[in-house]
Amino acid sequence: MGAQLRVYKRRIKTVSATKKITKAMEMIAASRIVKAQRKVAASAPYASELTRAVTAVATGSNTKHALTTEVENPVRAAILLITSDRGLAGGYSSNAIKAADQLTTRLKAEGKDVVTYIVGRKGVAYYGFRERPVVESWTGFTDSPTYADAKKVAGPLIEAVQQDTAEGGVDELHIVFTEFVSMMTQTPVDKRLLPLSLETTAEESEAVKDKILPLYDFEPSDEGVLDALLPRYVESRIYNALLQAAASEHAARRRAMKSATDNAEELIKSLTRLANAARQADITQEISEIVGGASALADATAGSDR
Amino acid sequence: MAAELHVELVAADRSVWSGEATLVIARTTSGDIGVMPGHQPLLGVLESGPVTIKTADGNVVAAVHGGFISFADDKLSLLAEIAELADEIDVERAERALERAKADADAAAERRADVRLKAVTGVR
Repeated sequence: MGAQLRVYKRRIKTVSATKKITKAMEMIAASRIVKAQRKVAASAPYASELTRAVTAVATGSNTKHALTTEVENPVRAAILLITSDRGLAGGYSSNAIKAADQLTTRLKAEGKDVVTYIVGRKGVAYYGFRERPVVESWTGFTDSPTYADAKKVAGPLIEAVQQDTAEGGVDELHIVFTEFVSMMTQTPVDKRLLPLSLETTAEESEAVKDKILPLYDFEPSDEGVLDALLPRYVESRIYNALLQAAASEHAARRRAMKSATDNAEELIKSLTRLANAARQADITQEISEIVGGASALADATAGSDR
Repeated sequence: MAAELHVELVAADRSVWSGEATLVIARTTSGDIGVMPGHQPLLGVLESGPVTIKTADGNVVAAVHGGFISFADDKLSLLAEIAELADEIDVERAERALERAKADADAAAERRADVRLKAVTGVR
C-alpha cells in the first residue's frame, strides 16, 4: 500500500471515531431535551398557581413589602447568570454571558452598581479568567436542576434583596438565562424578578387576565402571607429559569453535535474520494511498472535469443 | 349530592393530586382550617402537617411541608414545596428518618418525618 493511501486511511479512521462520539452525544442530548421539557411542564402548575397568588396579594392588599416596592433611586442591582457546566454546546454559554454583559452595561449606564451571581462552571470560568468579582456561584447541577438546587441559589439572593442597601443589600434582582423557545431556537433573555412589576406577573398568569380577582381573606395576615409567598415566588421563578436553561443547553448541545457529526461525515466522504484516487494512482503506477518491467525483460530476452 | 370544590394539590416539581372534594382540612400558621364549597376567598400560609381531602369515595391524606392554601370560586389550590400522598410514603423510611432526626436533634427533620408518619396513620 502506498504511503499516501495509508495516511488517508488513518485519517478516515480517526474522523469516524470522532463521528461516533459526536453522534452518541447528539442522541443523549436529544433524549435529555425531552426529559427536561417534561420537567418544565411538570413545574408549570406550581409556578402559575404561585404567580396567581402573588398577584392576588399584591393587588388585593396595600401592604408595602421590601420585595415589591420600587426604590426611588436604586443604587445596586444583582444579576443571576445561568450558564452550563459543560462545553460542547455551541454558543450556548457565551450567548448567555454576552446577554449578561449587555445588561450589566445598561444597568451601569443607569447609575447602578452591579453585583453578579453565577450558575454553571462556564460562567464562573469566564468571570474568573477576567478577574471580575462574583459574589457567589453554584456549579454541578445545570444538567438536571432540582427544586432543592433552586432553593440553594435563591437563598442568598433573597437575603441580599431583604438587606438594607446601605449594608450591601441590593435593590433589584435580574436573571439572565436561555429561554427554550423551540428545539431549534433558544434565546438568551434577561428578566427583572424583583421588585415585582404587576404587569409582567399578570401576563404570566393567564387566569388573572380574564377576570377580576376576588377579595381574599388572608391567613394569618396579608403581610404574613406576602412574607412567606415572595421568597417562594423567587425560588419558583429561578427553578423555572434553571429548568428552561437546562432544556436549552441540551438543545444547543444536540445542535452543535449534529453539525459536528455532519461535518465529520462530509470529511469522511472527501477523504474517501482522496483515498480512492490515491489507490488508483498506486495501481496505475504498479501496472506501468509491471508493463515497463515486462517489456524491458522481453527486450532483454529478445536480445539474448539472437 | 353535596356541593363539591375542585382541589389541586401541587408540589414544586409535579402535580400531586387533583379532583373534586367536599371538605378540605389543612393546617395554617394560625390553626387548622376546614374549607367547604362556598367558602370565602382565602389565602393562607400552611404549616407542615397533614392535609385531609374528603371526597365522595373516601379520604385522601397528604403530608405537606410548608406552602400555601388559596381558595376562590370553589377552586382550591394547595401549593407545597414538598407534598406526598399518604400512599406514597414509605413508612419504614419515615420511621428511620424520625429516629435519625431524633438522634441528630434536628428539629425540622424530626417534624417532617413525624408529619409523614401521622399522615399515614391517619389513613390506616
